[in-house]
Amino acid sequence: MILLNNAGFSYGPRAILENVNQELAAGSFHFLTGPSGAGKTTFLKMCYLSLMPDSGSLKIFDQEVSELSREQITQMRRRVGVVHQDCQFLNHLTVRQNIALPLLVAGKNIEDSMENIEDLLAWVDMGDRADAFPEELSGGERQRLALARAVIMDPEMIVADEPTGNVDWEMGQRLLTLLVELNKMGKTILLATHDLNLIRSIKGRVPAKVLRLKGGNLSLAGAQL
Amino acid sequence: MSENPLAFMMGGSPSDQIVPPKGNATWLTGTASGAMAFIAVFALTLSLALGHLADYWSLDLAQSATVQIVAEGEALDLQTEAALQVLRTTPGVASAEIISDASQIELLTPWLGEGISTDTLPLPRLINVQIADTGLDGESLLLRLKAEAPDASYNDHSFWRAPILEASNRLRLMVAVSLGLTALITVIIVVLSANTALASNQGIIRTLRLLGARDSYIAQAFVRRITLRATFGAGVGMILALIAVLFFPSQPQTSGLLSGLELRGLDWVYPLVVPVLVGISAFVASRMAAHYHLRREI
Repeated sequence: MILLNNAGFSYGPRAILENVNQELAAGSFHFLTGPSGAGKTTFLKMCYLSLMPDSGSLKIFDQEVSELSREQITQMRRRVGVVHQDCQFLNHLTVRQNIALPLLVAGKNIEDSMENIEDLLAWVDMGDRADAFPEELSGGERQRLALARAVIMDPEMIVADEPTGNVDWEMGQRLLTLLVELNKMGKTILLATHDLNLIRSIKGRVPAKVLRLKGGNLSLAGAQL
Repeated sequence: MSENPLAFMMGGSPSDQIVPPKGNATWLTGTASGAMAFIAVFALTLSLALGHLADYWSLDLAQSATVQIVAEGEALDLQTEAALQVLRTTPGVASAEIISDASQIELLTPWLGEGISTDTLPLPRLINVQIADTGLDGESLLLRLKAEAPDASYNDHSFWRAPILEASNRLRLMVAVSLGLTALITVIIVVLSANTALASNQGIIRTLRLLGARDSYIAQAFVRRITLRATFGAGVGMILALIAVLFFPSQPQTSGLLSGLELRGLDWVYPLVVPVLVGISAFVASRMAAHYHLRREI
């Protein structure tokens, strides 16, 4: 699914990631941890093709990203669902329209997907908030909306950047449960968090691994959960 | 990007939804395009009207000529009669009439003041010649006049027509330069407003990219909005300019220099082209700006 070989990334003279070697297999569940500023978001951005490594190699879906055309990058982004901590919605669109947005930009007929959209709204328990605008939502609702939007295109991988950072424990668990469900459906999950309790709470639900990012280096932390 | 420009303009593109409907950039585009269209239509109208005015003056002068006889006493009357005879038998001369002394004094009064007397100011004999539409052979006429009336000279008014035509052509050139500058400023404003719109919606663009939107899809939303605003603004500017044109002085019933500044017949069609050209310019300029802006990031 994702294969990094001596991959690195720098912001000017400051190296964020150095010689990262890691493989994320299809259908796996990985947590990504590390202190603030360690480069978690940079690593995730490379995984959803918002940044390109400036050294080494990164393969996503068995394709070397440095060799991709703009069109191929666009197509590949549609195979990766992204959930941000700050969600990044279009605030002038309703919840339902935001969920439909990936379909819209892909040129798909929204009418044909209405049933799917309603199912997703029910899945994230937001059926009664479909016509609300993002700014009217609570933190937990926003994260569930972001997750619904991330999966509408039936992506092969979900990348989530601190999705539980702004919600309480109960809501964090609800989100984790949704991600576990997706993983059981065969989706590859990469979830960045610094919440160790959240990581521990997955034990026994799905086999998950923890990646630790520190000092620009990525390593597998401890045994499989 | 839509392949059919008409569909691009008329169709409710799905990408319309992704850009918030409000924004300073769109307001700026509409207003600036309106102002530029107003200036362009006004300049165009001025050019057309000046053309008509120049044609009018040129034609008026080209269809008349003057024969002047400078002699004294009996010789003046004899040569006048001879000249009239020559003129009346010359093909292309519609009429030839002596301008009376009284008429000459009337023409000179604005320049020399009241109380002009032919006793103190000897006047030449002037014959006003009206030339038929077929025209006449000026050189041949001059030779015959010299033979019959040696003190006669023939003035076909080309001396007066040349500067009028030259002034008209220069004014038209200035108007063309003004139109070109107006078009350039319009394009610059559209490019600036496209960049402003793209910059102020950077968050939306970033989100759309992550969702798998192509550059062309993102660009279309901005280009369509800017093009429609520019065309609409230009349309309003054109209408206001045409209303202003209606207040131009109309028929050249007097000999005032600015008489006759008006549009006639098909002239009214030309201003309609301005909003179309503004729309096309806005489409091309905003599309190029949007693609340039979007290609700077992956």
